[in-house]
Amino acid sequence: MTSPLTENIDTRAGRRGSVFVRLLKRPAGAISFGILVLIVLVAVFAPLLAPYDPNFVDLSITRALPSPEHPLGGDTTGRDVLSRLIWGTQITLWGALVAIVTSLVIGVPSGLAAGYFGGATDRIGTWISDAVQSVPGMIILLIVGANTGNDFNLLMVTVGVFMAPGYFRLTRATVLAVRNEAYVDAAKVSGLSHARIMGRHVIRPVVAPIVIQSALTAGMAMGMQAGLQFLGIGGGTTPGWGAAMNEGFRVMRTDPLLLLWPSLALGISIAALAVLGSTLADVVSVTAPLPSRKARRARRAAERAAASGEPLAVTASTGAVAHAAVDSAVQIENLRVRYETADGEVEVVHGITLDVAPGEVLGIVGESGSGKSQTVFSVLDLLPKTGSYTADAIWIGGEDVTALGRRDRARLLGREIGYVPQEPMTNLDPSFTIGHQLTEPLRAVHGMSRADAKARALAMLERVGIADPPRVMRSYPHELSGGMAQRVLIAGAIAAKPSVLVADEPTTALDVTVQAEVLELLRELQQEYRMALVIVTHNFGVVADICDRVVVMRHGSIVEIGEVAQLFSAPEEPYTRELIAASLDGAESRAELDRAFALTGSAVAADDPTPGTSTTDTTDASTEADRKEVRA
Amino acid sequence: MSATASAAPLLQAKDVVVEYGTRRKPNRVLHEVSLEIAPGECLGLVGESGSGKSTLGKAILGLVPVAGGSIAFDGRDITHASGRDRRALAADIQVVFQDPYGSLDPLMTVGDILAEPLATAGASRAEAKAVVGEMLDRVRLPKHVIDRYPSEFSGGQRQRIAIARALVRRPKLIICDEPVSALDLTTQAAILDLFIELQRDTGVSYLFVSHDLGVVRRVCHRVAVMYRGTIVETGDGEQVTGDPQDAYSRRLLMASPVADPALQAERREAWLALRGERAA
Repeated sequence: MTSPLTENIDTRAGRRGSVFVRLLKRPAGAISFGILVLIVLVAVFAPLLAPYDPNFVDLSITRALPSPEHPLGGDTTGRDVLSRLIWGTQITLWGALVAIVTSLVIGVPSGLAAGYFGGATDRIGTWISDAVQSVPGMIILLIVGANTGNDFNLLMVTVGVFMAPGYFRLTRATVLAVRNEAYVDAAKVSGLSHARIMGRHVIRPVVAPIVIQSALTAGMAMGMQAGLQFLGIGGGTTPGWGAAMNEGFRVMRTDPLLLLWPSLALGISIAALAVLGSTLADVVSVTAPLPSRKARRARRAAERAAASGEPLAVTASTGAVAHAAVDSAVQIENLRVRYETADGEVEVVHGITLDVAPGEVLGIVGESGSGKSQTVFSVLDLLPKTGSYTADAIWIGGEDVTALGRRDRARLLGREIGYVPQEPMTNLDPSFTIGHQLTEPLRAVHGMSRADAKARALAMLERVGIADPPRVMRSYPHELSGGMAQRVLIAGAIAAKPSVLVADEPTTALDVTVQAEVLELLRELQQEYRMALVIVTHNFGVVADICDRVVVMRHGSIVEIGEVAQLFSAPEEPYTRELIAASLDGAESRAELDRAFALTGSAVAADDPTPGTSTTDTTDASTEADRKEVRA
Repeated sequence: MSATASAAPLLQAKDVVVEYGTRRKPNRVLHEVSLEIAPGECLGLVGESGSGKSTLGKAILGLVPVAGGSIAFDGRDITHASGRDRRALAADIQVVFQDPYGSLDPLMTVGDILAEPLATAGASRAEAKAVVGEMLDRVRLPKHVIDRYPSEFSGGQRQRIAIARALVRRPKLIICDEPVSALDLTTQAAILDLFIELQRDTGVSYLFVSHDLGVVRRVCHRVAVMYRGTIVETGDGEQVTGDPQDAYSRRLLMASPVADPALQAERREAWLALRGERAA
């Protein structure tokens, strides 16, 4: 399974409640936040900060240039520009606040209701939202201004109404995403009312996007407001920035500074809000830090140098080889896999060694976090960006591929190695037909002509048991069932007749009846082509069904390697025994358990192989940190 | 405590029909399904994806509308219970979902998650705290987990939290919708033991939905097999999971691999034979 990987690098736990702190740690966040705090302080303390009354006229400073008494000079009617800008901050922020509160009050609750209830509520809400968006806002603002004697607050409320659809759509989209989460269903079953579910469970994921949106909306509201004032609407007597810009515009040629100051104030404010919004968005959606490729390469080289100086002995716990390297289909020597996480590097595979003979079926079994998938991803060179591996050698078809470059390595895929993934559906591109997805690699990698590729693809589809190959070739992935999609992927994997087929949990996402079919197909193909097959699974039934040899992994190390018959009949390691027992085959049925319980009266039958206090139970935490916490 | 079919049923579903899609073009996913669950009994419901087994659970919980038939709980008709009636049922019918990651609100602490159903029911803080402590004990989690968030726990631990949440109102019936299929094998075995122990201690009934015959054999007294929206076989757990009578049930059993190479080789032969018969 690949899920343990995401679990291992899950960083949410470590950064809870620290969004604000992380925002301030970023220069862009700290600077923009600082500027905004400054602007708010200026607005609040305007009466104290402004050196003059903003409306006091001193004709001697009409159009005066900056001077020590009037740092920004005087305006066309002889008022102090700095004082007017400082007082203007107040009105600008107040206007933005009115607009935002209005659109929040209208947009968020309606978006919540539309997303949560769906159906008619959603349709009506969306109609209204679309209608508001299609009305030319500026005209309505002009009408409102003309009919209310340019009432500033009313104008800003109108601006808020026109911005409400932004909040409505954002809220609705976020709610739609969480509405079908199981925890919302669980809340319904817990007897919570709709209002409570919306208020407690549904609204929370909406908060972060709303805060981000508000930062951007505030900038837009300031711009709108300045624009209105520039046109002479709203607050002619109040010393707003827009009004100052209007005045400056009129004397732009003679006194350009008068236009510069208010434009600068508005520009800096809006830019700070925009930067704050986008930084906040980054911080909220942050993932594990990615090391640069250069840093990774340097580190890998250093490790290789260190490793070559001191070869590690192969011990039983890291695995062993049964065939000479050149004779084996795959041989891995001392493989280590590491992941970058927010808390530094974590090694998930600790130097394992194993091999697969040509025509052999090797099973790699283990629980989530055992490193089984990471092992095969390293062989395929398909580790995610945050992961990297080192190995003394990885032999594929008699060649050590660790020495190969990226491109040569990729060329092996499809020729020497075929790969069958866990989730058939997500491994097919929904926007291309099956035929295109099968023939594309045949033409690109193997240089076949269009007709040859098509003929080969049809033959492969027929071989993997698809009933009507021409029809499937024309189909899109969503038109196939999971079992059919997996057959298609198998067809693609074996189209070039590879010597090794790697299957990562190939049947986990499938129903048991389909699983049996897919296993049967893999067995037939493996025998027909004499391929080596490496099958990663957590299911011992699958192992018993198809494998010749088994590798049991735990916490990134090999616990035991053995022939299938020997491993099941006489497992050497207690962990192997525990795993086999946990697969419930041959375990007592409920009726037997109840009979034993009636006799002994004990909580759980004494011979139960996996009692509730088993060591693997409450300590099955995903990371070391978790384990420590829960034990504490 | 093993239940007998003769006891008055706790839950009785009769000819339940569920349809998805639009009214003009309905897609019927349950075709007149009937089943009964006795007090203290665990009824298994097995089938493949798309067979309708989870839908039946959701219909009982009121999460999908019922288009026909009736569902009675403790003698009361709850087929179309909604609003206040449905919320009142929260005290008696609870749920544990498959996905231990999605079923807990990631932004609430475990303590809040567990106390929420109690607060809704009007319990005081102190009462809620006492019950939450008791239930954490029952599911074998240490008390200090109440200050932590779901993301800090592994799948098995989260499923224990989900079980504790289902238990806090002391319900009579828990719908278990594939509760162990997302877990590792050893974790799965431990959670199944927990389900059995809780049933013995509290007398709760389970409707245990699963695709895994081995799992239902372990926890269920009786088992119903579902195929394409219909129940094809109902019977004693050992019998249905060991020697099923219905043709589909037999195919399902023979397709499930066993963790024993020799036995699995035999089973595979049997499955191939069934497959041949069907094709013929």
